[in-house]
Amino acid sequence: MDPAVSNLGLWGIPLAVLGGALRVSAPFLFVSLGECITEKAGRVNLGLEGTLVMGAMAGYGVSYLTGSPWLGVLGAAGVGSAFGALHGWLCGRPRVNDVAVGIALMLFGVGLAFYLGKPLIQPTAPRLPALPLGNFSDIPQVRSALAVNALFLLGVLAAPVLRWALARTSWGLVLRTVGESAEAARAMGYDVGWVRFWATVAGGALAGVGGSFLSLFYPGSYNEGLSSGQGLMAVALVIFARWDPVRCLYASLLFGGATALGPALQSVGITSGYYLFNAAPYALTLFIMVLSSSNERASADQPAELIVAR
Amino acid sequence: MTASAPLALEPPGKSWAQRILPAALRWCEGLLPTLMALGITVLAFGAFVALAGHNPLEVYAEMYRGAFGTWFSFQNSLLRAAPLMLTGLCTALPARLGLMVIGGEGALVVGGMAAAASAAALRGAPPSLVIAGMMLGSMLAGGVWIGAAGALRALRGVNETIGSLLLSYIGIALFNHLVEGPFRDPASLNKPSTPPIGEANMLGNLPGLDVHVGLAFGILACIACHVLMEHTVFGFSARVVGGNPRAARLSGLRVPSLIIITCAIAGSAAGLAGMVEVAAIHGNANASLMAGYGYAGILVAFLARHNTIAILPVALLLGGINASGGLLQRTFGLPDAAVSVLQGIAFVVLLASETYRGRLRLSRAPS
Repeated sequence: MDPAVSNLGLWGIPLAVLGGALRVSAPFLFVSLGECITEKAGRVNLGLEGTLVMGAMAGYGVSYLTGSPWLGVLGAAGVGSAFGALHGWLCGRPRVNDVAVGIALMLFGVGLAFYLGKPLIQPTAPRLPALPLGNFSDIPQVRSALAVNALFLLGVLAAPVLRWALARTSWGLVLRTVGESAEAARAMGYDVGWVRFWATVAGGALAGVGGSFLSLFYPGSYNEGLSSGQGLMAVALVIFARWDPVRCLYASLLFGGATALGPALQSVGITSGYYLFNAAPYALTLFIMVLSSSNERASADQPAELIVAR
Repeated sequence: MTASAPLALEPPGKSWAQRILPAALRWCEGLLPTLMALGITVLAFGAFVALAGHNPLEVYAEMYRGAFGTWFSFQNSLLRAAPLMLTGLCTALPARLGLMVIGGEGALVVGGMAAAASAAALRGAPPSLVIAGMMLGSMLAGGVWIGAAGALRALRGVNETIGSLLLSYIGIALFNHLVEGPFRDPASLNKPSTPPIGEANMLGNLPGLDVHVGLAFGILACIACHVLMEHTVFGFSARVVGGNPRAARLSGLRVPSLIIITCAIAGSAAGLAGMVEVAAIHGNANASLMAGYGYAGILVAFLARHNTIAILPVALLLGGINASGGLLQRTFGLPDAAVSVLQGIAFVVLLASETYRGRLRLSRAPS
């Protein structure tokens, strides 16, 4: 992070956390929106961590080969949908457990990305541009904190659009029906497996886009330590956001801020607990899960066909 | 649970062969989907390396050589199988209660750290005492870690899969904090490590082998867990919970404590794996502990269908595959992640094969 932040004294901390939140939250946002779609249809994809890493690798590779970072985003979405399709197809078989398949695809995706990504660690691919939203200010730290990526803004827009689509459009209704009661959906003549398959594909595509953000904007290069559980935290975050896309957005910003805490403190010279602060987002996730889970009853907003939050 | 159970239902007066054969066939049927999955995995990974421009037959021959081909490589595989047995238990035991715990990597890491800390606390004590202290400390730490995931599940309904993995990340962050800061040996310059546990306190080799005692720990732990799950009231209760949690609750079983205790035992197995790595391989706790044994243990448990005895051969197989990774890298220039790809394919295909379980028949269906 920018060492100049320290000139602002302790005010640099909230500023760095804010800037970090705007930068770091995008992967959380895209993965959680994707998982939201999948879970609304009554299925859990725990493999989005693997999809995220695959998306980061594919986005970086396509951007490097074509010279266009936006084609990279598209490629990441394509790879993400392929992983979603694999998950959706496998879970459509009888007696195949979706949580277990998610774990398997998490390990498979990470392994495959590491394998295919070996040649991508050295070269530099063109990155996504940033929009300088902080130009009203003369302070360079404010400017750098508010240099927001266009892809992130797309995600911010996608959240209310998705909420509206789930609530008000016919396909949103079908999706929710399948998630609330497969029998009712079947009685109405909808193919439950088909809807869930496409919900998983869409979720995978969004997670892939989230991965491309990691490699093409922030941190902005490809390496094997790129994702450390963001994909999985995003799945937990959906439970916390009670399956509402707009609340997913707020939760993503919160998580982004928590992730940025360690580097922000480091930037003002507090380095002693740096590695400990890396645990902040995980601890926050766990804390929030404890608060938002209950042994007695399922949350009223939870799709009834869903088993993960049981 | 076991395939031989229906044997008692056979009418009397049948010959020995008539009794054994159907049971054996049924046992093979249970194995069939797994073997089929392994076969498909071999084909799929073969296609994968062929796409990468290598002859799959040569790659497999080399893998066999690197895993089991020589006495040296076989012992190397055994070395890698030892922690896999223990981390496999970390997923397999909770699975018997219907829980999917995947935080073995974190339990291993905190176990390794606790072992190093115990050795430091017992500095100067006789080696047997230090080793016992390291074992106890590591099992306690790992047990607390996964036990906490179980407690969150049992008491608060927090999903144990996500919870255990989050705890695992927290454990790794804590480990990095300690090894980079308060508990760092100032003498470790390039690779931050804890102070060495001392040459005298290292685990020795098994008699006649170049394999450390940790292998015996792994085997004994698997056998002990088998006895616990199959031949005790506790294990029976746990399996009832796994089969039907509602029935278990209605019949008065204390489901929360069963969950917490089983998870704690599972975690202490993974913690012990960390102690084995510290006390037999590295001599101190450092980042090399995070070699992926915890994640590979998930696959071990699923391949063994959460049967604690079946973990033994499966861990040897995967240990062999891991051991051959270095040779593949040297001979073919395949990245070390090739082994992860192979394991990932195996995992996905294995779960897909579940759909054929019970539908592949070698014998006539029992009437």
